[in-house]
Amino acid sequence: MRYLIDNFPYVLSLIGQHLVMSGLSLAIALVIALPIGIVCARVARLRNLVLGILGVIYTIPSLSLFVLLIPFTGLGLRPAVIALVAYAQLVLVRNVVVGLTGIDPAIVEAARGMGMTAAQRLWRVELPLALPIILAGVRVAMLSIIAIGTIAAFINAGGLGLLLFDGVRSSNPEKIIAGAVAVSALAISANGILWLIEQRVFQATRGVTGTKN
Amino acid sequence: MISLLFEAYHYFLANQPRFWAATTQHLWISSVALAISTVIGLPIGIWAAHQARIGQWAINAFGALRLVPSLALLFLMQPYLGIGALPAMVALTLLAIPPILIATYAGIRAVDGDVREAARGMGMTTAQILWRVELPLALPSIVGGVRTAAVEVIASATLAAFIGGGGLGIFITRGYALFDTRIMLVGAIPVALLALAAELVLGWTQRRLASNLGTAT
Repeated sequence: MRYLIDNFPYVLSLIGQHLVMSGLSLAIALVIALPIGIVCARVARLRNLVLGILGVIYTIPSLSLFVLLIPFTGLGLRPAVIALVAYAQLVLVRNVVVGLTGIDPAIVEAARGMGMTAAQRLWRVELPLALPIILAGVRVAMLSIIAIGTIAAFINAGGLGLLLFDGVRSSNPEKIIAGAVAVSALAISANGILWLIEQRVFQATRGVTGTKN
Repeated sequence: MISLLFEAYHYFLANQPRFWAATTQHLWISSVALAISTVIGLPIGIWAAHQARIGQWAINAFGALRLVPSLALLFLMQPYLGIGALPAMVALTLLAIPPILIATYAGIRAVDGDVREAARGMGMTTAQILWRVELPLALPSIVGGVRTAAVEVIASATLAAFIGGGGLGIFITRGYALFDTRIMLVGAIPVALLALAAELVLGWTQRRLASNLGTAT
């Protein structure tokens, strides 16, 4: 614990790096996963194929994927973000699909009856109703991004994993413990904050739809 | 990339004894960790499923343990247990317990109360209900937990090389130290194949078990 206190500014900068890497990956992952999820929710035949492919990617061990990316991208933040975005796809796409397909068809029908276009139904009815489940996916995705992002320090992407790898290389227990505590604290805080947002949104949508959901 | 793969293959051919020893050790560390975590996780999961409030509390506690990133858990062993295969096994066991435990809990909790009531009505004891009703019905879920744990353990066992635990990760650390990507691939590709194989085999088993139950009920 002494290391954490003595080197607080350094640890803080690593937390910053870790957050930038994770936040950037999550943002890019969402931009890709949302359209894929929406299409898969509409086209049932595509669903199993896409989720199957994403499942295979998700199964590849992160250290392996980082190594496999080196010939194409070299070391650094870029391969790390690419791998993290790839891993997040399974959970994000799956939850978008589950969220959208779980909506009571009568609600969508009512929206159609009110004269809403397909785009309006998606943005004003379906996505808001699916939001709690999508956010649950965001939380799980963020946790795995933070965890796998630790391993990304191996390919020079920075972040809190640096403390762990440096600590093990130099047999410095203080550094290992500092890294483990900091990254666990980061994961627990992210989980807590995203869970609170999830609950708030869940309460809000429940008020709109009444009983179902 | 193709020529790199060829070079990696040549390195593999030239270093076969070392490769197979590393693969054997990788599988050994992973299987021991999985076996021990099943022996620990299964009974706790069964116990928790039969407790009303403490059970949920215990599940949440183990769920929180899952928030600790695998690399942190593995490397934390070094200050306390030193280096080698044993610390790696301990870390991998700790990593594998939560998914198995939570899947056991969820599987038994999902057993229809009417089914349990019917079994009791037929005069079954609590132990009989557990062995002949609850566990068989929860089996697909339990196998699902083992599947998640197995993939996680095989992947994380690669990180064991950093704390002297051996396994296929040694090619990744050696290749990294020598700035030689082809050596790294000799570790990275087989590990990925092992993880995919575990996922496929256990996933297939899980679906088979689930569909057998579907025809039985």
